[in-house]
Amino acid sequence: MNATTTVAEPLLDVRGLTVGFPTRSGLLLAAHDVSFSIRTGRTLGLVGESGCGKSVTLRALLGLVPYPGAILSGAVGWLGRDLRTASEKELRDVRGAEISMVFQDPSSSLNPVFSIGDQLGETLRVRLGMRRREARARAVELLERVGIPSARRRLASYPHQLSGGMRQRVMIALAIASRPKLLLADEPTTALDVTIQEQILVLLRDVQAETGMAIVLVSHDLGVIAEACDEVSVMYAGRLLEQGPAGAVLRWAMHPYTRGLVAAVPPLHPAGANGAVPIAGQPPNLLELPPGCPFAPRCPYATEACAAVPMTLEGPTPHHRSACPFVGQEAR
Amino acid sequence: MSVAVEPRAGEELGLRDDGTLGRRARSERRWSALTLWTGVGIMAGIVFMSLAAPLLGFEDPNRQDLAQVLKPPSLDHPFGTDSVGRDIFTRVLYGGRIDLLFGVVTTYVPLVLGVALGAIAGYRGGWLDTVVNRLVDTVIAFPFIVLVLAIVAIFGPGLTGAYIGVFVVGWALYARLTRGEMLVMREREFILAAQTLGYPTWRIVFVHALPNVLRPSIVFSMADIVLNILLLSALSYLGLGVSPPTPEWGALVAEGQSVLLTSWWVATLPGLVIVLVGIGLSLIGDGIADRMGRDFKLTA
Amino acid sequence: MNLNGAPLLEVEGLSKHFEDRRVAADRLRGRRAARLTALDGVSLTVRRNETVGIVGESGSGKTTLARCIVRLVEADGGSVAFDGADVLAADARELRRIRREVQLIYQDPYSSLNPRMSVGRAISEPALVHRLIEPDAAERHRAELLERVGLPSSAAALRPHELSGGQRQRVAIARSLALNPRMLVADEAVSALDVSIQAQILALLERLTRELGLAMIFISHQLSVIARLSQRVAIMYLGRIVEIGPTAEVFSNPRHPYTAALLRAHPTLELDKPRAPALAGEIPSPYHMPEGCRFHPRCPLVEERCRTVDPPPVDLGGGRRSWCHVLPYRSDQPP
Repeated sequence: MNATTTVAEPLLDVRGLTVGFPTRSGLLLAAHDVSFSIRTGRTLGLVGESGCGKSVTLRALLGLVPYPGAILSGAVGWLGRDLRTASEKELRDVRGAEISMVFQDPSSSLNPVFSIGDQLGETLRVRLGMRRREARARAVELLERVGIPSARRRLASYPHQLSGGMRQRVMIALAIASRPKLLLADEPTTALDVTIQEQILVLLRDVQAETGMAIVLVSHDLGVIAEACDEVSVMYAGRLLEQGPAGAVLRWAMHPYTRGLVAAVPPLHPAGANGAVPIAGQPPNLLELPPGCPFAPRCPYATEACAAVPMTLEGPTPHHRSACPFVGQEAR
Repeated sequence: MSVAVEPRAGEELGLRDDGTLGRRARSERRWSALTLWTGVGIMAGIVFMSLAAPLLGFEDPNRQDLAQVLKPPSLDHPFGTDSVGRDIFTRVLYGGRIDLLFGVVTTYVPLVLGVALGAIAGYRGGWLDTVVNRLVDTVIAFPFIVLVLAIVAIFGPGLTGAYIGVFVVGWALYARLTRGEMLVMREREFILAAQTLGYPTWRIVFVHALPNVLRPSIVFSMADIVLNILLLSALSYLGLGVSPPTPEWGALVAEGQSVLLTSWWVATLPGLVIVLVGIGLSLIGDGIADRMGRDFKLTA
Repeated sequence: MNLNGAPLLEVEGLSKHFEDRRVAADRLRGRRAARLTALDGVSLTVRRNETVGIVGESGSGKTTLARCIVRLVEADGGSVAFDGADVLAADARELRRIRREVQLIYQDPYSSLNPRMSVGRAISEPALVHRLIEPDAAERHRAELLERVGLPSSAAALRPHELSGGQRQRVAIARSLALNPRMLVADEAVSALDVSIQAQILALLERLTRELGLAMIFISHQLSVIARLSQRVAIMYLGRIVEIGPTAEVFSNPRHPYTAALLRAHPTLELDKPRAPALAGEIPSPYHMPEGCRFHPRCPLVEERCRTVDPPPVDLGGGRRSWCHVLPYRSDQPP
């Protein structure tokens, strides 16, 4: 790295985000003290299994935490302001314009009774103030950009007439229509076939290269993260366990959970009897977490000291850090 | 996988520690419980008093006391007296037996029939489904009252006719509700699993599928009880239900109609009891719907 | 009565079409019903103790195949023989007997269990209904099954929604073992589970098939899972098998362009992936099958022949076969 290059200011700077849900048995912290940041043109992955809090974190960024949950503390720094303290109107202005979101299931994210052209047109006219003709032309342009063939004819199609992959492309077109600076993608390819999934990931990468859009990608699939992300944050039971460049985290995982996760993925070409190595135990119950590190009950290296772990991210370098002070901290 | 964390279905919201979150959730929970128990309280009270009337000292609903004609409500006569000196409160209590029994029987007998028919038709499909469907369509297409009146015309006025009338008509809606649920349910994987496990069809339909398709019917039955009581009241009001001097809420309202402007209590108070029963059952229905964690609200 | 070499399951030329119901108006106009080809002549054998993987994306017909084999869906053509018995022609009684031998495990561990039935009851019901055990033996039978799948006996009193996804899947597996089947068909049985739990269930399935000598058909879209569990693999596309053979060989040296594309598209932990996607284009609609080779519209190696002539199977030896005009005759990898 050139020493005189100035490090760009982060676009999004999340600090100490905590999201809670009241339940019959107490307060459930779906996200607990989560911090990360992202710069222009980069892709950050949030990876973890179900219940780890990655989706809730994403929604919290735009103030979309479902009732009865709420953000309890922390800051969501966006271009100098704190979105957490923003008014509903300010958030609405940001959503869909500066920050867009793409969801997992394209069949329920698109309104089935409106045509593709109508839905795209609505965004362009209402949010961006375009006139009808201009909006139509831009809609065709967007559909072509996301790789939908016969774009002009497709404007009249309805969501149910398109395949899953096409619908997801339309979702992406809707999301990039306003040239957002940040795209939040919540499991965008999980519902798609593997060959289509690859196409979508390549599309996102292309759009990013063209516009410098930053992307936060949530997934439970390590392979998707490996393919699409520059940096990755590993979450478990609402906590951040490890953070760093995707290559480093996956190849030289520091935290025992990350290591376990990587080992549990079955290799495509098994050498001998090396199958997927399971992580022992059951997924955590967020209402009954042990003190200190939530992974301790399942961790092969756990000791009594794990109950006192402060859960801050530390590491020999500032770029690749882990919440486990005992394992994996050797400098490389 | 959608939202990473969602409160599990049916989880009530309450909180040990305080905070705005907790307060909001707690009051929701309180409202929901209040609804159910208020409804239960109302209905329990009415049912108890109707059944225990003689034990509570209310004896003959038909005893006339010409010295006490058209007296307004008082301690002796909580609902006042009618034009021949009968105690209206007693008449309301005894009338309750007729109305409540009618409501329950005319709801749950057709429910059992309709649910069974709808379940089998929905599961089997084919010609059976088509036949049942057309039958249901025909029955539902007729205005309920017209059909019941026609049947009453055949069997003559009186409770028998009213019962038969509702039986003939009332099953159809349950059959339709159940069939609809069954169409979805039969594709559910645990039903397919029951098939591959080699279970006989009757077992799959009645042991496995049925408990899962009952909910809408149960919730609707609350509304149905009210509607059926209202029907009997309407029939009696028209002179086609019970014959005098049998007390029945609708008949009581009819009796009080002529003196409405001077002795308002004769018609109004029995009418209010009908309304109260309606409210009580609706509250129970809402409460059950909430408890089951679904968005199935009562519509009546 | 099974000779050691003879296959347990023999599927021959199985086909299944679905036709949309026509509205009266269409019927009057003489419009033909839209026809969806789910299976188009699929043949497969499975031996005792063998796990065969079936890989495919949407529209490949893999789920229909599973359902036709157990006759949850009636096939339109072809034959299915289980241990010599004709499954498709079996009457109700014979079918019930066959059903005890072949059990299905479904993808969604929640909807495959009756939400209103306790775990214990769901597991012991099959044997009781088929009168394989007496009611007083039910509890022991239940405990045995639970232990076999690694669940504590206290799980018997719980309802499905009180268990996690992995635990529910174990219950589903326990239930499928209740009738002592000889073959399991797992339709995306681990796809809905987290990676760490997936690994647990895969280990469980492997142990069970080994201990009980079960044959298994394992259907998945995840190549890595198939690689873990199955000795042989069949790749399906639009209702047909396009390649079949021993898993390790097929995955290291694919002889069909679609197999190669699947392998390249599969997200792995390698970090230097090529820029262009492995496969362009959409999966064609099964309502309008392409002429000739089904795969030709998306195939990077397409030749003139492929557009008009259906490729016959090419025998590559060692149990490997590929249905392609081009790749089996070349020695290189596809682009």
